Amino acid sequence: MSELLTSPAQALGGARFDGLVCVEEAPLQGMITLRGDFASPGFANVVSSAAATDMPGQREVRGTQDKALMWMSPDELALLCPYAEAAPMAAKLADMLAGSHALVANVSDARAHFLLKGPGLRDVIAKLAPVDMAPGAMPPGTLRRTRFAQVAAGIWMQDDATAQIFCFRSVAQYMFDLLSTAAAPESAVGHF
Amino acid sequence: MLILDCPYCGVSAEETELSAGGEAHVTREGPGSADDAFESYLFMRENPQGVHFERWRHSHGCGKWFHAARCTRTLEVFGTYSAQTTEPPQGIRDAISQKRPGWSWRDLA
Repeated sequence: MSELLTSPAQALGGARFDGLVCVEEAPLQGMITLRGDFASPGFANVVSSAAATDMPGQREVRGTQDKALMWMSPDELALLCPYAEAAPMAAKLADMLAGSHALVANVSDARAHFLLKGPGLRDVIAKLAPVDMAPGAMPPGTLRRTRFAQVAAGIWMQDDATAQIFCFRSVAQYMFDLLSTAAAPESAVGHF
Repeated sequence: MLILDCPYCGVSAEETELSAGGEAHVTREGPGSADDAFESYLFMRENPQGVHFERWRHSHGCGKWFHAARCTRTLEVFGTYSAQTTEPPQGIRDAISQKRPGWSWRDLA
């Protein structure tokens, strides 16, 4: 999908679907990919002070939508911040990490984010992703990278009735269609 | 269905979240190696009915490569372990010996 935009815009203009859960494209979200050695105090200090939170543990998210650190893999974090702050923040982080073995990339424009709201969201996600969505296995504050049908995606369980789902921006329409189909009002499962 | 525990992110990943990476612990013969060794690196693979060692990548998850020991006959998984090794760790070998006494794979037993 090629796009020529004069100002930053959401991939789907804030599309929304109301069904078993409310599926809504999130407002523009800043996201910075960070890779480095978590055990190195230099990296951990710089990153956690930029996000104003502790380093997340395995598969954890620390912070709020405005400023959060997501554990993506043993050597990768994602920093969430307001969209407008992402570019200057990435430049500042790259500067502070210069000289150490680390990577900083502003991926805000390469991702699409969706918010799922409603008590049925565990059922909706379980239809699409090969993930154990039981509350014990996916408690609030957990991040899970997986696939939704044919595309890669991440799930952040914010609380029991809210999840943020992010994927590549190029598959935003596919993801929205998937989520809307799985949330179709007549398709309740009621497992969780 | 095959379910492997990713040793890097701790997720119990189902087969479709992973990519198969072929046989484990293959020595990559480079320039200057003997013709026989190079040929066996290129073409010779195990095809056992039973204990097998494989490489897998958690491609729809943390993206890391890892190793898995499993039984090709029953899909029983004996364990998964780090990619940063050239042979299975003792713990994995012991786990296999317990369930498949007398097993062998290439020059391992």
